[in-house]
Amino acid sequence: MTVALSDKADPAKTSYAAPIDAAPLDEEELKRARAARIESIGRWVVPLAILVLSVWLWDRICIWNEIPHYILPRPGLVFETLLIDWPILWVALLNTLKITFGALFIATAGGLGLAVLFTQSKWIEISFFPFAVILQVTPIIAIAPLILIYVDSLTASLLICAWIVAFFPILSNTVLGLNSADHNLRNLFQLYGASRWQTLRYLRLPAAMPYFLGGLKIAGGLSLIGAIVAEFVAGSAGSGSGLANQILEASYRLNMPRMFAALLMISVTGILIFLTMNLLSHLLLRKWHESALKREV
Amino acid sequence: MTAMAHTSMQTDPNPAIVSLKGISKTFSNGTVALNNMSLDIRQGEFVSLLGPSGCGKSTALRIVTGLTGPTSGRVEWPQETAGATEHELSFVFQEPTLMPWATVFANVWLPLRLKGISQRQAHDSVMEALEMVSLAEFAKSYPRELSGGMKMRVSIARALVTKPKLLLMDEPFAALDEITRFKLNNDLLHLWETFGWTVVFVTHSVFESVYLSDRIVVMAARPGRVVNDMAIDAPYPRDESFRTSAVYSGFCRDVSQALHAAMDAGDDM
Repeated sequence: MTVALSDKADPAKTSYAAPIDAAPLDEEELKRARAARIESIGRWVVPLAILVLSVWLWDRICIWNEIPHYILPRPGLVFETLLIDWPILWVALLNTLKITFGALFIATAGGLGLAVLFTQSKWIEISFFPFAVILQVTPIIAIAPLILIYVDSLTASLLICAWIVAFFPILSNTVLGLNSADHNLRNLFQLYGASRWQTLRYLRLPAAMPYFLGGLKIAGGLSLIGAIVAEFVAGSAGSGSGLANQILEASYRLNMPRMFAALLMISVTGILIFLTMNLLSHLLLRKWHESALKREV
Repeated sequence: MTAMAHTSMQTDPNPAIVSLKGISKTFSNGTVALNNMSLDIRQGEFVSLLGPSGCGKSTALRIVTGLTGPTSGRVEWPQETAGATEHELSFVFQEPTLMPWATVFANVWLPLRLKGISQRQAHDSVMEALEMVSLAEFAKSYPRELSGGMKMRVSIARALVTKPKLLLMDEPFAALDEITRFKLNNDLLHLWETFGWTVVFVTHSVFESVYLSDRIVVMAARPGRVVNDMAIDAPYPRDESFRTSAVYSGFCRDVSQALHAAMDAGDDM
């Protein structure tokens, strides 16, 4: 008993002292433990089961309605095509990824840099923010042909297209974050004679972090979309062609299974990007931000 | 305190550390926050600015810090060389105002860090300040892991880490429950007696101001101005027995009357 008491007095230990591995004491506790276990397993099993069920239903619909594979291929055939066409699709995926991550990188650096610049000078913001908005509201598919004409390098024009789509959420979110640092803290920094750089480094950038990461999550998905759209507009086959080109080419030949295989790869890539951004956000915010904290129920 | 007065170069045994001379402040929306306020804060004093909301007590404090400039009048620092831009003062806000992304240690280190003092050089001073508010063992915690009272103590440790001559506190305990507030009152008084700083404490609580201060400046609203300057000459150290004494209730009654008079005066305007 004394041990338990001294544990309570130690602030460092209390948070870890939850009786997870302690033997359950009564019926009630047993029931609660069981419910918690079911919940933690169900979290994974239920969505997975639904996914498997829908794929199975897709397969059955093809059989029941006798749909030919050049209209809607069965999932088995899509998977088979994925394996057979893997050398082609893998190269295409790498090309698309190159554009996606290249654009995301430039969008992150550019969005962050512009945001800092905007919040340092009101006049820079007033002068250049309209351009950012114009770029954002004009559909990329409408500008892409122009960019493809003006820019010689295909890779460069694809990068520009994907960048235009991806950078705005980072810019606008980071500007919002940089401006939302606590006013009393800003006064405190002023009181202690902090320089502009110190205020940025120790106050405004950390305060903007959750907003920036929110923007990054959106930008991650958008840079993939931007890359795919740009490839569609460019439409060229051959070396350097990405997954969108594979889809286009397959559609000309009514090669439905390959279209589905390429589509599947795009979706999985998007999901992986999303999960990576989520993980990154969690790792950076878990110590302090409300969004990353586990609530005690 | 007497020791400090002797070391002073001034002939006045209790020289002013800061003087407000005819300060007026009108906000851009036309509100007159302060009208011709003059006040000397003398070295070693514990002064409370007491008044109803809107009497400009917080504004007066912000003008002392230099965060806000007066519309007219001036703030003088008689003990400092002319042209000094930074004063040896610290400010405690009504909210703890901690950086949620930084540990308790990093929060207290901030004022020194901004002066270019490295973590290693600052370590002893930071731990000493945390020791003063009995939070040394929480140095590695994040603010969200602390209770409201503990956060406020971190905020006070941050104000103390620069060893300021003048400590300005803007209703620092207003958001805390009574038990915590009493405890922090005692801690603050104890620190003040030990280190002999000058404290200017803004509050709207008669009981808190009488318990803590040796001088209460009563202010009235619309326009904000000083209406009464009362000495609370009960001896220190004060503790819980003072809180229940007849002397204490006597002072509270006097100060309450002064405050009510101030509020009536404000309503007439």
